[in-house]
Amino acid sequence: MADYTYVDRPGRPAAFWGLLALGAFFLLAAFAAFLDFEHHGHIVSGMDNQIVWGVPHVFAVFLIVAASGVLNVASIGTVFGKLPYKPHAPLSGLLALALLAGGLAVVAADLGRPDRLIVAMTHFNFKSIFAINMLFYSGFFAIVAAYLVTLMERSLKPYARPLGFLAFFWRLALTTATGSIFGFLVARSAYGSAIMAPMFIIYSFAYGLAIFLVAQAAMAAWSGGRPDAATLARMKNLLAVFVGAALYFTAVMHLTSLYFAKQAAYERFILLDGGVHTLMFWLGQVGVGGVLPLVLLLAPGSCGRRVVVASLLVVLGGLAQMWVTIIGGQAWPLEIFPGYRVSSSFQDGVINPYAPTLGEFALGFGGFALAFVITLIAVRVLRFQPQGAAAGAGSED
Amino acid sequence: MSEPIEPTRRAGDEAQAETGGNRAAPLHSRRDFIAATAAAVAGLGLAPGIRLVEVAAAKPDDEPASAKVRWGMLIDTTRCQTGCDACVSACNKENHLGETRNPRTDAQWIRKIDLTEEQTGQSLSLPMLCQHCDNAPCVDVCPTGASFKRADGIVLVDRHICIGCRYCMMACPYKARSFVHEPHEDQNPLVPRGQGTVESCTLCVHRLDRGGTPACVEACAGEGHHAMLFGDLNDPQSAIARRLREVKSTEVRADLKLGTAIRYEGL
Repeated sequence: MADYTYVDRPGRPAAFWGLLALGAFFLLAAFAAFLDFEHHGHIVSGMDNQIVWGVPHVFAVFLIVAASGVLNVASIGTVFGKLPYKPHAPLSGLLALALLAGGLAVVAADLGRPDRLIVAMTHFNFKSIFAINMLFYSGFFAIVAAYLVTLMERSLKPYARPLGFLAFFWRLALTTATGSIFGFLVARSAYGSAIMAPMFIIYSFAYGLAIFLVAQAAMAAWSGGRPDAATLARMKNLLAVFVGAALYFTAVMHLTSLYFAKQAAYERFILLDGGVHTLMFWLGQVGVGGVLPLVLLLAPGSCGRRVVVASLLVVLGGLAQMWVTIIGGQAWPLEIFPGYRVSSSFQDGVINPYAPTLGEFALGFGGFALAFVITLIAVRVLRFQPQGAAAGAGSED
Repeated sequence: MSEPIEPTRRAGDEAQAETGGNRAAPLHSRRDFIAATAAAVAGLGLAPGIRLVEVAAAKPDDEPASAKVRWGMLIDTTRCQTGCDACVSACNKENHLGETRNPRTDAQWIRKIDLTEEQTGQSLSLPMLCQHCDNAPCVDVCPTGASFKRADGIVLVDRHICIGCRYCMMACPYKARSFVHEPHEDQNPLVPRGQGTVESCTLCVHRLDRGGTPACVEACAGEGHHAMLFGDLNDPQSAIARRLREVKSTEVRADLKLGTAIRYEGL
């Protein structure tokens, strides 16, 4: 394998500061929303006692799922020995840390008592998949950080492979646990299924790789270059496989659900007459996030710009999927008395409306902004961008 | 930082929890005691001669809840009247709930549900509250252990360590939990409420531990409906245990096998 180097301090300083200011703007907006929630309570949000998790959770869960998925690029190089991926491993690890930080920050900022974060870190109910997730997230930070160091420090190279293996299995467990947050909800029609865990893993593959491709293209543009064509072609095909698999799992989940009579009404709601939720499913998750990227990725011809567009669409489709899963799942009324029509002062038996506020979006975008700022600073001060003929086209066999 | 979680916590622990940054008033004032006692006596007096509810013996504050007792309730849907919400009003008054009149964000620890069976058209009305499950999903999913079950089966929220993640609300099959969406000034010192935490029916544990009964049960009897029978499920001689042996009663969502302490007759 030929050698490759990394670009030192890419981009112009003015561009760096400009992008940093942009990220800081969104972070400040998120901080303002956080203070508003913290001071006035969640009454200022669109969430209520029926839709208890809203737009902040859509963004947070997306970022957390994407964080585990983006590490795949590094894993393919280290664990599966595919040399063309190896030069990109550091950026993959960095993005994983940045996205997880962004997602967790949104979860923490949305807590009813964010001041008690230390309580969440010192009191563990080990029967709670939520508590187990917190351990997985902390472990992920530690393992990926150590892995990143071994990737970037030549004297520690021998440790990269075992740590890469550990990170790979850890990330699979982490996404299993994240999907299980919904899989373990026994009472709600939308959740309580074992398919949630593997489905979230395949979603993470697609969302993570899409974010990696966007970040890689942005960095290449920043330093005036362009991503290596051969590597891009490989990643393009891989993204197409992941997007196809995500669609497959989604189809299996809904087809299985349709088979059960007790689920028919819920499926009808999501697939046919759920208004914004149906639109988010067909137009957002399936159309924008699935079919359209597949067409762009699989169409013959040069791929550069099309891969970036397809990746952006996968990200948008991912957010739509989280909306359908999280908001759509709660909008459907809890069936406490199957076989009965019900009504009450607590919105029993009705489709729950939800109108998110600007503050909720500010919190969500704040998660993206935090990941963006962390990545921006890291790629500016450390060496993450590979260059040279072998940067992507190295022979693996 | 809060104290470690004990499996057998007392009502006093709840009452001493933070309330939106303000400490609750001292519990054991003579006025509180007299008020609680008077309320309990008044409640019993509403139905002279009939032992409608099992009266909990008042216990010292330093004595933990006992696993020998399992508090439960039998709700007779044939006696529960459509349009009557005396239980709801009593709960709101006792626990100082519902003052903002915003139905989407106001806490509702107990609510009336009107049901119509789809196939037969049979209709009935019943109160829905925390079912105080033996295998409570809210307790299982709570990351910090703030949702906990007392030794006597009452499911409570430790307001010291609830972080307001609302996962318990996602997990509860009965939609029995509410999130405190805004600050509340007018609070019952015995039932502190904290903005940003989750709460639900406590079976009026503050009254129970002083020998009283839940406010909703008392109110239902006061209306003359006697649809709510409260008592110790573990005591074979209690009115509720005897009634449960005699009539067919059901758990709501029995398929989930949660072992609810609240059972319904005529459902």
